[in-house]
Amino acid sequence: MIADFGFGVLVVSFLVALYSVLAAIYGEVKKSAALVESARRAMLLTWPLLTLTAGILIYLLVNNHFEVQFVYEVTSRSMPTYLKVTAWWGGQAGSLLFWSWLMSAFASLVTLRKWDRDREFLPWVIVVACVTMAFFIGMNVFFENPFAQLYQTFDGINAFTFQPADSILFTPPDGRGLNPLLRHPGMVIHPPMLYLGFVSFVIPYAFAMAALITGRTDDRWIRITRRWTLWAWLFLTFGLVLGGRWAYDVLGWGGYWGWDPVEIAAFMPWLTGTAFLHSVMIQEKRGMLKHWNMLLIILTYSLVIFGTFLTRSGVLSSVHAFAQSAIGPLFFTFIGLTLITSIALIFYRWSALKSETQMTSLLSREALFLLNNLLFMSILVVCFWGVIYPLISELFTGQKVTVGPPFYERATGPLWAALLFLMGIAPLSAWGHSTVKTLGRAIWKPAFGAIIITIALYMYYTHNIYAIIGFFLVALVLLVTLYEYWRGAYARQRNQGENIFVAFWNLTGRNRRRYGGYIIHLSIMLMAIGILGIELFQTETQGTVSAGNSIDIAGYTVQYKEVATWDDAPKGVSYTRAVVDIYKNGIYLGELHPRKDYYFDSQQNMTIPGNRSTMKDDLYVLLVDWQPISSEGATFKIYVNPLVNWLWMGSLLFMVGIVIAALPDKDPEHVVVREGKRLPQTSAAD
Amino acid sequence: MKINKFVIGGMLILGAVVFLIWSATASTSEYFLTIDELNAKGSSIVDKNLRVSGAVIGETIQYDSQSLTLTFEVAHVAGDNAQLATEGGLAEALHQAVMDPSRERMTVVYVGPLPDLLRHEAQAIVTGHLGADGIFYADELLLKCPTKYEEAVPEQVG
Repeated sequence: MIADFGFGVLVVSFLVALYSVLAAIYGEVKKSAALVESARRAMLLTWPLLTLTAGILIYLLVNNHFEVQFVYEVTSRSMPTYLKVTAWWGGQAGSLLFWSWLMSAFASLVTLRKWDRDREFLPWVIVVACVTMAFFIGMNVFFENPFAQLYQTFDGINAFTFQPADSILFTPPDGRGLNPLLRHPGMVIHPPMLYLGFVSFVIPYAFAMAALITGRTDDRWIRITRRWTLWAWLFLTFGLVLGGRWAYDVLGWGGYWGWDPVEIAAFMPWLTGTAFLHSVMIQEKRGMLKHWNMLLIILTYSLVIFGTFLTRSGVLSSVHAFAQSAIGPLFFTFIGLTLITSIALIFYRWSALKSETQMTSLLSREALFLLNNLLFMSILVVCFWGVIYPLISELFTGQKVTVGPPFYERATGPLWAALLFLMGIAPLSAWGHSTVKTLGRAIWKPAFGAIIITIALYMYYTHNIYAIIGFFLVALVLLVTLYEYWRGAYARQRNQGENIFVAFWNLTGRNRRRYGGYIIHLSIMLMAIGILGIELFQTETQGTVSAGNSIDIAGYTVQYKEVATWDDAPKGVSYTRAVVDIYKNGIYLGELHPRKDYYFDSQQNMTIPGNRSTMKDDLYVLLVDWQPISSEGATFKIYVNPLVNWLWMGSLLFMVGIVIAALPDKDPEHVVVREGKRLPQTSAAD
Repeated sequence: MKINKFVIGGMLILGAVVFLIWSATASTSEYFLTIDELNAKGSSIVDKNLRVSGAVIGETIQYDSQSLTLTFEVAHVAGDNAQLATEGGLAEALHQAVMDPSRERMTVVYVGPLPDLLRHEAQAIVTGHLGADGIFYADELLLKCPTKYEEAVPEQVG
């Protein structure tokens, strides 16, 4: 009954979204402000409607309504309530609803902004947002109904939206439950973060389309959506990092990124989004690359839809794959139609998007930004090639040939290195015109420092050529960025008489975009240190030891003490926990508890590593096997992952950098007024 | 003249990227085969990079925890999704493959921790090479258990 009501509300929200599209187009064509306003209000209505729909679904999930197929598939009685709530996005139908719900929230947010200066964009932003929303709600209504219930008929038990004749409702005693691998805090927030990132990229795309349709092709749409893009980027980055952290904590293979097709699908919009963030600056500063920016945001939108589809379609073999369903062709049709329409619009406005200035110098800031864009696009092409290569090879040779992680590492490695190098020199080059001489003058001090550091690393740490190149580039970018920062702060200190720390703080506050960007560059260097560490210097060993004996690896001694097994019946889990003592060079460091949990309902093991994490390295111990009674002991697989913590630290700083870049710049006049009024508080408020 | 240097630069980058992709593809690509195809090719593919998919036969799983050596047999399953769909979906196809003693089988050897998802009727996707002894030596082992993911209809309930 309540499930039927939920479906009813879902259908109503679908109709409201459709109405909004039609009213906006018709109102714009007929120049009827009242109709456009009606479309705007209809769009505002979608969020409460979808919130109600979602509320009903959550009610069903939490209260074990297993007669609803979706509830049966993603929850079970033994799951705690918070996992039942988050099971909302644990399956296909629910996650599509989650997408629509986020889309409606963002569409509402954007509708509530002040539109006075950009009234002409409004109807078209509504159209794009609501077409996207209607597509996703339509998927739920027609193909993946989260409220479909199980009915027993003569043909067996099947799920139906409406009760068929001669059938009775079927309620299974318990649900199948979420895969234990997904019952992890990281997994609870990883999908919503990715989706937040995906969905918020729709907003800049909507404005880009509005700019193309209305012919207002100056950089207004970019200025309006700059913050949206940054937030989208923040969520997407956070989602990717969380996924990596989850893999590191749960999958038990000592890694964080496997170049799995679904990971790549989420990574591709990140690549185009990052390129877009950089290249819009050229349009704002120099009035160039307007076609290119349009193309980038269109590609990002298409890749966002593609990514959603790929994570939900099961077309590729991957740990992320859900079962196959009928929605694949529809997704492709939708992507194809929006892509063709958008690109047709670029051609329609081709001459209006002409550059205002010419690029003249190969070393100018804009040329280096362009190069940065080309590199990001090259990485995108590599990723795309890797994903579709099996299909292409099958088409042309009849033989399916796939590529794995080594392909991506080999093909993208030099491109990443080139990006690092650019990150080192681009902040020093001038807009308009730069020469080797001017650049050389700016860079020689940091470059000299980086060479010294690299020589020291070569003498005391490693002879690995890839590591040396990598660490040189990292040192170069770190020093250049810090040097730039220091020069700015030093100038303030001299001119304004500020303390150097105050000067740093104010410098960032006055130009948040620039210095937020520098913080992001610094954080990427920290992440690069972590990636170089684990990729190039990871060591591993394995062994079976009896109690009291130990395994040595990279200066560590892992001594096995005991193993115990106990059941937690209400949760349906059996825990096996080993206790090992850790020594480094003979000094006792503490205990680790690698675990293996066995879930009865899904008959599945989950290996949880014991991890001792420091900035220098992680000692990552997996319990592989054990003999409880005999003296044989237990088997461990042990990894030492050097520097990997820098990756996680760096990604945290990355988020901080994005937030700083996204906050509005401090308005100098505003501060002066405040200072006049409330003098004693200014230092705290500043 | 000014346009030229950008065009040349662009061409150089394009060339470098094409070269990178081409060389990486050539040296790292793996043939994706079913077990039937593998047996049909015979010894011509010994020591090539291969990726093979099959259904795990539960009773053949052996694990030596001293050497972390895992041995198991997989039975032939169809490679493409359309074929799997006509067999009643992945779960059903895996079930049929395991039950049918006349299916082609292959022995897989893998060294490493015992994967959590390895079980009877799981789909194993192994990457590695075929030895001259007819045993598949896997470097990487990807497992998929359809029953643990979503499925269209619950059949065995109640």
